[in-house]
Amino acid sequence: MIHVEGLTRFYGEKRAISDITFHVNKGEILGLLGPNAAGKTTTMRILTCYMPPTSGRATIGGYDIFEQSMDVRRITGYLPENPPLYTEFTVSDYLGFVAKIKGVPADRRKNAIDSVIEKTNIGDVRGRIIAKLSKGYKQRVGLAQALLNNPQIVILDEPTVGLDPKQIIEIRELIKNLRGEHTVILSSHILPEIEQTCERVVIINQGRVVAEDTPENLTARLAGGERILLTVAGDEEKWRRAAEKVEGVRGVEIVPADGGLLNIKVESERDIRTELARLTVTNDMDLLELKKETFTLEDIFLHLITKEEAA
Amino acid sequence: MQAINAIFSKEFKSYFYSPTAYIILALFTALGGVFFYLTVSGFVQASFMDQMRAAQYRMAPQTLNVNLMVIRPYFYNLALISLFILPTITMRLYAEEKRTGTVELLYTTPISPAQIITGKFLAALLFYVVLLLPTMLFQALLFVYGSPEIWPVISGYAGLILMGAAYISMGLFISTTTENQMIAAIGGFGMSLLLWVVGWGAQFAGPFIGDILNYISIINHFEDFAQGVIDTSHVAYYILFVSLGIYFSLKTVESVKWRA
Repeated sequence: MIHVEGLTRFYGEKRAISDITFHVNKGEILGLLGPNAAGKTTTMRILTCYMPPTSGRATIGGYDIFEQSMDVRRITGYLPENPPLYTEFTVSDYLGFVAKIKGVPADRRKNAIDSVIEKTNIGDVRGRIIAKLSKGYKQRVGLAQALLNNPQIVILDEPTVGLDPKQIIEIRELIKNLRGEHTVILSSHILPEIEQTCERVVIINQGRVVAEDTPENLTARLAGGERILLTVAGDEEKWRRAAEKVEGVRGVEIVPADGGLLNIKVESERDIRTELARLTVTNDMDLLELKKETFTLEDIFLHLITKEEAA
Repeated sequence: MQAINAIFSKEFKSYFYSPTAYIILALFTALGGVFFYLTVSGFVQASFMDQMRAAQYRMAPQTLNVNLMVIRPYFYNLALISLFILPTITMRLYAEEKRTGTVELLYTTPISPAQIITGKFLAALLFYVVLLLPTMLFQALLFVYGSPEIWPVISGYAGLILMGAAYISMGLFISTTTENQMIAAIGGFGMSLLLWVVGWGAQFAGPFIGDILNYISIINHFEDFAQGVIDTSHVAYYILFVSLGIYFSLKTVESVKWRA
């Protein structure tokens, strides 16, 4: 559905993105993951025909973004990082305007607007002036705008940035519901967000694609094992000797803390939480805390970037 | 057509969604009213003096021409007020979209730069016509209490609208070059004033350059309209001016997209 090949864009002398290549299948949700200034927004702006690439090509729904820009825009809905709202308008006036510039025929306009208002759940504020709405509602109005005219492709730039946790969950649910019906690209710098909504992830760093895979594979590939954190009350050496006998343990790091407690970090090839819990108790020690560490975006980046430099 | 209409009505409505439109409207009407009062008072005084003189020398009083003494100078006054007011109408046209990021919406929906520019230009022009409406009421009073010719009034408004269109196209162009409304307003005002006074230098320049300066000067082409003459060469000047303004606006919009 979306084919991106070798996209490169310069801002003056500065290279924003370099040789970006990826594909998105119909009905799929793809996550663009990367730190700030990695080139996510630039990539999205090129795909939505906001600006042309310096070199490279991309087709969306079979249309070339450069040669058939109007056709691309007709089938694409875009939510920029800052929702493009005319804040002095009411929600329904604003959506009416967007429907008109998107070329929705007059007789279908009302239905089209009603349907996105329902999808994004903003019915209770449709008569309110946008400037007076909360950030969460503004974001949803922005999303409603992107979904108007039922576009085949939906491109969302950091759709949950600046929202509170409840709002984030709502937006996430909304995006998940787009699966199948729409082909979605969404960007984020937060890994859990991508993990929960996307089927495939493209990681961008400093304008280049550094990895492309499913979220599960990425985490697995990166981790190559598990990291387990414990807090134990007991003897340091005794615990270490017991733990090192467990199969699959690669390293044990123990930091004594106040009150005779030990903060322990165990690296292993597999999930050995049950073994560790048991050995602590059978050795007459108290287990106060046990958890598996989840990998953060930072870890992924550090990993991918160092790997890239080594290669 | 639907797209132009959408931009046009959005733009026109947003004038009235903020207090600026009402302030501009009030200011223009007040200034127009003051100037009208002053010209009419001058006329009344002149005709009063004339009647006194006629009575003194026992001759018939002259009939003073309302068109010549009120309507014509009044159109010049309106042209002057427009010079100051029009940059405030055009400053936000594009700069605002750039500042708030709504250009991202305009550039990613199936609507062309030409449609955007045309819609915005027409909205500003219609707003200017709305500004002129109260002054038409003032002039209507002249017809209630006197019997001036109607034709110079019609041609005067035609001239004002054409001149306004020229200023708007230029202000729109300046607004496309910046995201700062202040710069757009000051730039628009400076350029308008420059094009107004450029003709004054004509008498000091050589014959050839003098002719060119006279031709460029935006107010020179207005004189005939104020006097009740619609000359196609002046109409052509304003149409050319507007076309250039719109053309340059389009080119900046397109090039800004490229440079980003």
